[in-house]
Amino acid sequence: MRAPDAKVFDAPASAHGATPRVPRDRYRSGVIPYRSMGYWQPDYVPKDTDILALFRIAPQEGVEPEEAAAAVAGESSTATWTVVWTDRLTACDRYRAKAYRVDPVPGTGPGTTTPQQYFARIAYDLALFEEGSIANLTASIIGNVFGFKAVRTLRLEDMRLPVAYLKTFQGPPTGIVVERERLDKFGRPLLGATVKPKLGLSGKNYGRVVYEALKGGLDFVKDDENINSQPFMHWRDRFLFAMEGVNRAMADTGEVKGHYLNVTAATMEDMYERAELAQELGSVVIMIDLVIGYTAIQSMSRWARKHDMILHLHRAGHGTYTRQKAHGVSFRVIAKWMRAAGVDHIHAGTVVGKLEGDPNVVRGIYDTLRETRTPECLEHGLFFDQDWADLRKVMPVASGGIHAGQMHQLLGYLGEDVVLQFGGGTIGHPMGIQAGATANRVALEAMVLARNEGRDLWNDGPDILEQAARHCVPLRAALELWKDVTFDYASTDTVDYVATPTAS
Amino acid sequence: MRITQGTFSFLPDLTDEQIGRQLDYALSRGWALSVESTDDAHPRNVFWDMWGMPAFDRTDAATILGEVQACRRAHPDRYVKVNAFDAESGWETVRLSFIVQRPKDEPGFALERQEGPGRTQRYTVRAYACDRPAGRRYPGDAP
Repeated sequence: MRAPDAKVFDAPASAHGATPRVPRDRYRSGVIPYRSMGYWQPDYVPKDTDILALFRIAPQEGVEPEEAAAAVAGESSTATWTVVWTDRLTACDRYRAKAYRVDPVPGTGPGTTTPQQYFARIAYDLALFEEGSIANLTASIIGNVFGFKAVRTLRLEDMRLPVAYLKTFQGPPTGIVVERERLDKFGRPLLGATVKPKLGLSGKNYGRVVYEALKGGLDFVKDDENINSQPFMHWRDRFLFAMEGVNRAMADTGEVKGHYLNVTAATMEDMYERAELAQELGSVVIMIDLVIGYTAIQSMSRWARKHDMILHLHRAGHGTYTRQKAHGVSFRVIAKWMRAAGVDHIHAGTVVGKLEGDPNVVRGIYDTLRETRTPECLEHGLFFDQDWADLRKVMPVASGGIHAGQMHQLLGYLGEDVVLQFGGGTIGHPMGIQAGATANRVALEAMVLARNEGRDLWNDGPDILEQAARHCVPLRAALELWKDVTFDYASTDTVDYVATPTAS
Repeated sequence: MRITQGTFSFLPDLTDEQIGRQLDYALSRGWALSVESTDDAHPRNVFWDMWGMPAFDRTDAATILGEVQACRRAHPDRYVKVNAFDAESGWETVRLSFIVQRPKDEPGFALERQEGPGRTQRYTVRAYACDRPAGRRYPGDAP
């Protein structure tokens, strides 16, 4: 008797093509290769309404790439390991996902240090998915296949969500345009900071950090991902003291200010309760963590839309499955799901900071969040044309190990529709938190002014900062303290492409 | 105090030459420039008084700078700002906005509190300037 997965190992040579068998043969009880079951269709032309996925597959030894791709298509749609006659009760040709193209991944296979990998493109019919549900979409696309024995490693690199499907999603409750209009802040990146230390401050001490940073010139301060309601600080205390700081800073500066109140909690009921207090206190923004799950994110997005609240998402936990190139889900895809699910801010990489972020990968993610259309761009990891169907734009957040001395690089790489968050780079300033905030704000405004004047940021950036520091002592101190801090490590997640991809 | 609304409030006040370069930048992006002024720079006051219409079809910075100067002359003790509006699909909003004149004395804002249940506070930011009627809020205003 054959093992359940045997069909992927011993496909007969005659079954390589996609020629459909006659129905009687196709549905005879037993085990046949996935590609012979209709999951490999090299001549399939994807429809405009299909959901498309691109997987990076390393097949097990002896498994041919077309069969591995067909197996992924099968297991992420209608298939099980054996033939079932009940397929014939359905319009199964339609419901089968179709693997329609396989290309070797450049830089893998013989002559390299990496086992051969393939990019497999798979098309899914729109009818396979419930409208407006990231949970349903992901249960199909990444539900079972990542543990599938026939593939050694598997990574979901990119997806194309068709307009027909995107129109069933609410999308960001606020979006970049309305966020800026509500805050009355235009023409420059927004500035934030995460309160440090992450854990242990009492509510009153916490609110002090909020006030100092906002008064000094930041637009936002942020709870960290693991600040919820711990023994050292009950959530109500945090909310009350933080909003005292926010409002004091508004009166002191004449600017709208905000603090991302993290409403992440054990249950939806707890999260709604916390969000409601944030609203009652007049906060413009609340925050959630990615670990609350896709359904909870969509629920909070609905709530945020209903209550005119900016929704900030911290991508807590994503590194467990986005960072390794061979296996997992790329953050590009998470970004697409989150734009559809509906968040206003999402942490998306800094390029120059302490966390993972290859410039090309980060560019692809930022474009995904901010553009109305993203054309195919292999260099940035975008494998499909994507029309965002007028879904609002998500503000990317750059956070983690960045400081004022990198301002020219940050503006150059990330553009102006981004929140730059300097946590240590504000609170760790030798002259205090207000001074740290002022240093960042002056550096930022000087850099935007210079960019608009046509200056070359890459080459003149350090000069521009030095000039700005002449009228700003805190900036001078920041540049001096952090001048040598860089995080130069090779990126783990990079894009594999050649200018003209090889045909299968 | 110094209100810090606008893109460049943390820098020393821009010279007309610097303002001109920002206007050039906005025009090069195809944005429409407009001039606005107010005597109530409350952070939620988004509707300052328009100094004419946005200059949708003007493409030279000198003309706009002339409007800035005319607005300053007419309102020497008001806040004046320049906005750059982008009509492109997906934006249709202001893309750059910066203050080009402020009153000599900026009295700032009071923070008023009203006690609510459960230690909550209802906060109100109130402009000291608004203690006086419109038109008499700053020393240089006509009586």
